[in-house]
Amino acid sequence: MNIEVSIPKTPAPVLRVEGLTKQFEMHHLKRTLFAFDNIDFELHEGEFILLRGENGAGKSTLLRTLYRSYLPRAGHAYYHTREGVIDLASAADVDIAVLRRREIGFVTQFLNARPRVAAEEVVAEPLRLAGTPHAEALVEARRWLSAFGVKKQLWAAYPSTFSGGEQQKVNLARALILPQRLLLLDEPTASLDRDSRKALVERLTQLKASGVAMIGVFHHPEDVAGLIDQEIALKAIKIEDQ
Amino acid sequence: MTALNLAAATQITRQPPHLMLAEPMLTMCGISKNFGGVKALSDVDATVYPGEVLGIVGESGSGKSTLLRMMNLEDTPEAGSYHLALPGRENSNLFSLDRFERRSLRAEHIGIVYQNPHLGLLMGHTSSGNVAERLLIAGKRNFAELRERARQSLDASEFPVERMDATPRELSGGMQQRVQLAKAIALEPAVLLLDEPTTGLDVSVQALVLDTLKRLQRDHAITMVLVSHDLGVIRTMADRVMVMRRGNVVEQGLADQIFQDPQHAYTQQLVHAKL
Repeated sequence: MNIEVSIPKTPAPVLRVEGLTKQFEMHHLKRTLFAFDNIDFELHEGEFILLRGENGAGKSTLLRTLYRSYLPRAGHAYYHTREGVIDLASAADVDIAVLRRREIGFVTQFLNARPRVAAEEVVAEPLRLAGTPHAEALVEARRWLSAFGVKKQLWAAYPSTFSGGEQQKVNLARALILPQRLLLLDEPTASLDRDSRKALVERLTQLKASGVAMIGVFHHPEDVAGLIDQEIALKAIKIEDQ
Repeated sequence: MTALNLAAATQITRQPPHLMLAEPMLTMCGISKNFGGVKALSDVDATVYPGEVLGIVGESGSGKSTLLRMMNLEDTPEAGSYHLALPGRENSNLFSLDRFERRSLRAEHIGIVYQNPHLGLLMGHTSSGNVAERLLIAGKRNFAELRERARQSLDASEFPVERMDATPRELSGGMQQRVQLAKAIALEPAVLLLDEPTTGLDVSVQALVLDTLKRLQRDHAITMVLVSHDLGVIRTMADRVMVMRRGNVVEQGLADQIFQDPQHAYTQQLVHAKL
């Protein structure tokens, strides 16, 4: 785990969220599902925010909205890039794609496994897309698989056939192989055994120290107790008929 | 269907690109086309950036294949412009070229794979011959070079090259699609157009063909436009998705957003029907 992260030191927050609001229009039910309303916070380099709240409070929805898998209803999420400030709420799709390749990572509990792609290739892909030669990317991928406790016999196998826990390890290795500037963590420890959880927390500690900003939802927040700088509590909002 | 519109779902207007520094590889603006009294396309815009895969989904009659035919310069619209980022051609509306220019531009810079291999291949000629034909149009004449280039292209498409002298008629559906693909990429086209490339293939063969496309895309960063009514195929392949209905683009976005948080009533119906 010796990938170096180089991030320019800037006093401005990495992310400034203002009035961010998300609701889902469910056309077939003629209903609106309110997820969260008017959220404000700032996140600086090397900071770690823990999102708290009951099931359905909108924690994962907030992460997905910041990653733009969900479109916000209103508000702003100003992200400071090396080229200036960009509002993640309204940025062009191609710009979001650029940021996802370069500096914003999302770690979920689920792996969207493509058929017929070996675990080591799945993990190596972000490096390859960033221009690393194939052989080099594979070496790095194997190191990460090993760090997260994926057995050597599985490296060349297809993850679509793996157990949930093994899939998640592949997913984590893939998500953390490239140093990011902002990491969105959606219950990354949910189905992991103790050793892999420990490996993950070690890596997150290392990333935090090197300046990576993180927002996360954790099933067992005690795992990351030593990392938390801020906590944001979300509350479920009721569904209203139209 | 029209109870709620897109404006109700989000109040946010998308900004123009700032971080994507490359110019679009393909730009279509204001494309309109009528067949008789039927509007096949009305005022459609499409932009594809270098190395991107744009997926176009929609039911039969939505206009998605008509739009792809326009991209392949097989047909021209009543209104609209079409630009490809080709050296020396940046400023020319490709629809205004005469049909000979269009044909040579298509042969050299646009590759296409049709659902029906009969549309893309000469079924009685050898597979290598089919690929070499594309190279001949581009002016290659040396037999040994033609054969070698055809072999390389078939190999890149994961076609078993020891069978390069078999005719498509003697090959399975999945192999025929690989020959079409080899032909389409032989000249390293600016854009690769895929019209339902895996429809009608067995699921296992479909996965193999998609895998080949994915590999080509990853290793060569080929710009692709993929038309399919199969949402699974689009989800596997596309970076961005355009949803079409009755000749209009009802919604477009990043592929994961279209599938996880569809905004338009029609897209929601489409996505829910799949899951």
